[in-house]
Amino acid sequence: MKKSWLMMSAAFVMGATAATAEEVRVYNWSDYIDEELLTKFEEETGIDLIYDVFDSNEVLETKMLAGGSGYDVVVPSGTFLQRQIVAGAFQPLDLSKLSNHGNMWDVIAERTAAYDPGNAYSINYMWGTTGAGVNVGKVKEVLGEDAPIDSLALIMNPANMEKLASCGVHILDAPSEIIPAALAYLGEDPNSHDPDVIAKAEPVLTAIAPYVQKFHSSEYINALANGDICVAVGWSGDVLQARDRADEAENGVEIAYNAFKEGSLMWFDQMAIPADAPNPDAAHKFLNFIMDEHNMAAASNYVYYANGNEASQAHLEEDVIGDPAIYPTEAALGTLYTTSPYDAKVQRVVTRLWTKIKSGT
Amino acid sequence: MKRFGLISVPYLWLLALFLVPFLIVLKISLSDTALAIPPYTPTLDMSEGWAGFTAWLSGLDIENFTWLTQDDLYWKAYLSSLKIATMSTILALLVGFPIAYGMSRASDEWRPTLMMMIILPFWTSFLIRVYAWKAILSQEGLLNQLLMNIGIIGEPLTILNTNTAVYIGIVYTYLPFMVLPIYSALERLDESLLEAAEDLGCSRMTAFWLVTLPLAKQGIIAGSFLVFIPAMGEFVIPSLLGGSKTLMIGKVLWEEFFSNRDWPVASAVAVVLLLILIIPIVLFQRNEEKQREAGK
Repeated sequence: MKKSWLMMSAAFVMGATAATAEEVRVYNWSDYIDEELLTKFEEETGIDLIYDVFDSNEVLETKMLAGGSGYDVVVPSGTFLQRQIVAGAFQPLDLSKLSNHGNMWDVIAERTAAYDPGNAYSINYMWGTTGAGVNVGKVKEVLGEDAPIDSLALIMNPANMEKLASCGVHILDAPSEIIPAALAYLGEDPNSHDPDVIAKAEPVLTAIAPYVQKFHSSEYINALANGDICVAVGWSGDVLQARDRADEAENGVEIAYNAFKEGSLMWFDQMAIPADAPNPDAAHKFLNFIMDEHNMAAASNYVYYANGNEASQAHLEEDVIGDPAIYPTEAALGTLYTTSPYDAKVQRVVTRLWTKIKSGT
Repeated sequence: MKRFGLISVPYLWLLALFLVPFLIVLKISLSDTALAIPPYTPTLDMSEGWAGFTAWLSGLDIENFTWLTQDDLYWKAYLSSLKIATMSTILALLVGFPIAYGMSRASDEWRPTLMMMIILPFWTSFLIRVYAWKAILSQEGLLNQLLMNIGIIGEPLTILNTNTAVYIGIVYTYLPFMVLPIYSALERLDESLLEAAEDLGCSRMTAFWLVTLPLAKQGIIAGSFLVFIPAMGEFVIPSLLGGSKTLMIGKVLWEEFFSNRDWPVASAVAVVLLLILIIPIVLFQRNEEKQREAGK
């Protein structure tokens, strides 16, 4: 008994000293980094890295706006970043601490400046598109050889969805991405903020909702790879990770990713430092580590997302830089659209619509 | 003075742990959403003194409560929660009463073991126990495998992500809250009353209806409230075991807060939920008091 007391107090003392060592808390999307990079960062800097994950911008924003999240680096997408900058959630970056900042790619920086003017608060981590991941064999079996796997009709046309329901469809639980997709299908402006236009998405989504097995933003990677589902509306890199997991498992599942030909959402995940970050110095070190061309290339090679780091492109593997699903061609870039954040009243309309669609009421 | 101090303790307790948090939630429910930290407005600015206070007060309105009445989603969710909580309470009673009855009839040496079996699951985290049900109820889960192996069903049943799974989860989780009060009521039951009833010509069945059940009534009522009240606002079980079609107010509350990031509406939902729950809570308190008086 005495012995265990001693050990407990020893553990306590050790815990206390560990807490005083420098640490950095990072809150990033799930399945979004090569975990070897995390160990590498700890070895190079001696900073303890605590790495947590989330799978929805909404949950991240709730934590940011409540304040006191305790995180030093977070990764919101562009539109959410813009709202949170307005709310005062982030601190401006200290460029003098970011020696690798010159590696960033102006093509992307120009676009992210729409959300973060002058890129004063954030750096681009990855960017990608929201499109369709399909199990090619199964979808062709259900819909025939000429299945529209690169069209919004695949998921927005109830006739197709009714058939696909038998092999399983997942859709992202992200109203700010799926409602614009429904509007694009209707030929409306996907970035519309007009409640009357947004309302037009409701009948489209209500008609397909009964055939959706799940609205979820991370389970589809495994579900696609295992062959549990045949279609997922998801993020480019996540679908490609599913493709690789299926290849590794050699389970005969062939996954393909396509952006929609009618237009797909192009989004940017930005690393930023919360205004109340306990350790902004360590946070800058982490950002600088990520902006290193080799580290960034390793991350992209692992997660199959394009990044905003031009220097890293020399170190990307051919199946990343050469894959138009990851780095779209000039022509394909033209069909991609971006969105801007809804104001509070429109946001309420959007989220109520979403709850109704999901719960079928 | 000393007496006053003694009386004030429970009231201070109530004030600090119930009234103050409730007033904070009520205040947020009267605010508007804002893009700020915290995400609502107005916030009280103490430095402005009285003028700041009146400005803050005039910024509050009941708009969010009107919003709740305009959208049938919320009423459907309240009603659906009410239905799920009521059904679960009845099911827990149907399962729990025989267990409590059996325990109270068991011999003295068995009772501690039986009691242990009821309490033991509490030593494992609630979350893990609910997760375990996912593994049992899923398409490739233990239950489906078992039923298919025996040959009762040919195709796996879809239980997970339906309301059935939610009922199973709630009844399982809250069963001890039903069993223990009924058991404690039945345990005190004087056996000679049953003998007297039989001597006076009652069959065992009639004696059960006329003697045992009325004496267990307080336990049944207490157990039912202990199941009903938490089940009404349950969030974890419907979100892990229920599907997207499981509509419960606890889940709506979470979505308002986390997905919609609309703290004022989330708070308004919470205030209404509390007002709905106050009725059974007050009834529960009355029942407890009656029991205490009867015990004297």
